[in-house]
Amino acid sequence: MKARIHVAALALLLVVSGCSAGSSATVSGAPDSLSVGFSAEPQNFDFTRTDGAAIPQALLYNVYEGLVKVDSTGKIVPLLAKSWTASADRRTYDFQLRPGVKFSNGAPFTAADVKFSLDRVKTDWTISIKAEMDVVDHVDVVSPTDARVVLKTPSNNWLFDMTTRVGAMFSPTGVADLANTPVGTGPYVVASRRRGDSITLRENAAYWGRKPAYSTVYLKYIADPTALNNALLSNGIDVISTITAPDSIPQFQNDNRFDVIQGTTNSEVTLAFNNAKAPLNDVRVRQALTYAIDRKALLDTAGAGYGTLIGSMVPPTDPWYQDLSKVYPFDPARAKALLAQAGQANLSLRLRIPNLPYAVSAAQVVASQLADVGVKVSIEPLDFPAVWLKQVFTDHDYDLSIIQHVEARDITTFGNPKYYWGYDNPAVTSLLAQADAGTAQQQITDMREVAKTINTEAAADWLYLFPNVIVAKTKVTGFAKNQVSESFDLTGLGPS
Amino acid sequence: MTVKVLRRLAILLVSVFVASIVVFAFMAVLPGDPAQVALGVNATPELLAKTRHAFGTDRPLVTQYLDWMGGITHGDFGHSYVTGDAIGPQLIDRLGVTLWLVGAGMVVALVIAVPLGTLAAVRHRKASGTAISGLSQIGVAIPAFIAAILLVQVFAVQLRWLPSGGWTPPDQDFGAFVRGLILPALSLGLVQGAVMTRYVRSAVLDTLGQDYLRTARSKGLRPYQALFRHGLRNASVPVVTVLGLQLATLLIGAVVVERVFVLPGLGSMLLDSVSSRDLLTVQGIVLVLVVGVLLVNFVVDLLYTVLDPRLREA
Repeated sequence: MKARIHVAALALLLVVSGCSAGSSATVSGAPDSLSVGFSAEPQNFDFTRTDGAAIPQALLYNVYEGLVKVDSTGKIVPLLAKSWTASADRRTYDFQLRPGVKFSNGAPFTAADVKFSLDRVKTDWTISIKAEMDVVDHVDVVSPTDARVVLKTPSNNWLFDMTTRVGAMFSPTGVADLANTPVGTGPYVVASRRRGDSITLRENAAYWGRKPAYSTVYLKYIADPTALNNALLSNGIDVISTITAPDSIPQFQNDNRFDVIQGTTNSEVTLAFNNAKAPLNDVRVRQALTYAIDRKALLDTAGAGYGTLIGSMVPPTDPWYQDLSKVYPFDPARAKALLAQAGQANLSLRLRIPNLPYAVSAAQVVASQLADVGVKVSIEPLDFPAVWLKQVFTDHDYDLSIIQHVEARDITTFGNPKYYWGYDNPAVTSLLAQADAGTAQQQITDMREVAKTINTEAAADWLYLFPNVIVAKTKVTGFAKNQVSESFDLTGLGPS
Repeated sequence: MTVKVLRRLAILLVSVFVASIVVFAFMAVLPGDPAQVALGVNATPELLAKTRHAFGTDRPLVTQYLDWMGGITHGDFGHSYVTGDAIGPQLIDRLGVTLWLVGAGMVVALVIAVPLGTLAAVRHRKASGTAISGLSQIGVAIPAFIAAILLVQVFAVQLRWLPSGGWTPPDQDFGAFVRGLILPALSLGLVQGAVMTRYVRSAVLDTLGQDYLRTARSKGLRPYQALFRHGLRNASVPVVTVLGLQLATLLIGAVVVERVFVLPGLGSMLLDSVSSRDLLTVQGIVLVLVVGVLLVNFVVDLLYTVLDPRLREA
């Protein structure tokens, strides 16, 4: 009897612990398939009615295409349009479309679809960025391969916005069930999805362009950063699309199975000041806080040293980038002097942040460095997105906050006095309008001026630019180093 | 007997009703506006109002509650604010994953607890019995997610024997399904196994001291024979009680373990819907979990009477 129990226990232990020893745990066994891990999962496939970065990250350029796209250096390049010309007054754009392009449901792509898609932004889209197409007056179908877009006023931003999801091309035959069945012209179609787990993309056999190297791509959604890292370390996936916890990067760098690709994003980790409210409506106080923070030390502590110091709301991939990171050197004495001048020697401020790892760790550093110049900071983490959006972003109930501003070219928010910055400078507003309407050269000049002005006035403190870090098995190559577009672009990937 | 079952059933229904009100009330006081979260940062007030209207969140709370409960009695959990899909089928799909996980965790726990607990009781004065008790003490102190992290580190990241996470439906690839379930089930089951071992031990110890066992021994049965023939069924009554309670703990533990192992179960669905303020979905999930726990208790109550005829008359 005794012996029998021992044998049974042993057998169970064996079954439980070792029964599949030696088996490989790779999902993507086939050589022409690829498995990419992401942290944020799309709730559905309809980016016309559901906001957030996850849907365009999966679908833009991969399933949906626009007339133009932005490459990894920030340049606007042709996609469904072979070429385009702008009229002398820069209000009329003529797009010459690629012939022979078909949607994944078989419908041909013509200029009528361009008109349909752009008109539809105004009539059917609900998310706020639909406003980017307000500047469009009307679209003319000149011929099946020629579309003419007439703007109400000249706008440089408009052409850039056409590279984002608002510029995606839809077919009237393919919009019946956008939430579940996306129909685009891109190299992939959505084959299946399992909520809370993955989306499977399969090669679009009728694709007009270069055949993708991987005929099947699994997009795996893993919210927990450690679980995402473990999935790659244990061969569960082939690529991590973006590392969200930079302190985990060295474990991949020290492992010759992986390549670590580092670049920049559009995501400024920003210490926001409530410019509209005392005491931060005083420029001396804002400048004092900016002098008081050692951004290099903060980057080393909160971002494990990965990231770029920028000094204004412009990433290096924007055409008007200039390095403003040294305008406010770390100078606690000067900070104290400015605070004394402003009559704010005993300042007490609320730092209301989203409860996200980067914000929490940056907030600790900010609070301790501000304490060194006599500013008392109380950190209040808020549930993100719901509570932070409501209280800080909508109701402007805050003194300081820390958040990543991830949208491309979001420096334009400083032209909107109602935005939660509470920054109201008519000169900046009119410079931004002038930049939008002017020539490409004028745009660069004016945008530089805007970036410099908000830096001088310390409208916010741009702590650092979040890094774009992709980790991939060495057998996968062709990644865009910098994350400039909204898309995780699969089209350039291939085996080494 | 029938009266007793009916009475328990009535208690069950009232509990579910009260639970539904509590769940709904909690969602109503949760800060954050679902419409705002769905529309994103630059939503205009007009659009927000329109979306609130479409969601129905601009109606009086009582109307919203009655509407919700009315739907549920017809099996309709409503449509998600975020995905637009019907919530009911999603719940069933996700519940399937969680049930596999909890079921496998329970099996692991029992497989550990019953033999070890019995052994510890029979040998409670010997070194091996004390060692088991000590080990189970340590097991009790380890939360499931710590066990999960350790298991992943060893078996997935270092040895690469098993996947670190992910879910394969059993009908798609049964081998991959089992491999994917081993580490999550172990994380849940090891800790529960430790807890249960202690209960099994004390239940068996209790039984060992009973007169009828001494009688059985004096008839010439060996200690184990006496225990297996006459003792285990009696020892199982308190164990089943604890099993019912632990099943509720397992469900909650599953929420965390699903996150660590990226399993698309109710737990990860719950976390996602809370953060996107998909309140209807959250309500639906919490209600299902509450009903699940209440049902388990109901079944445990009934099981007593099956296991112990003496309770049937009471």
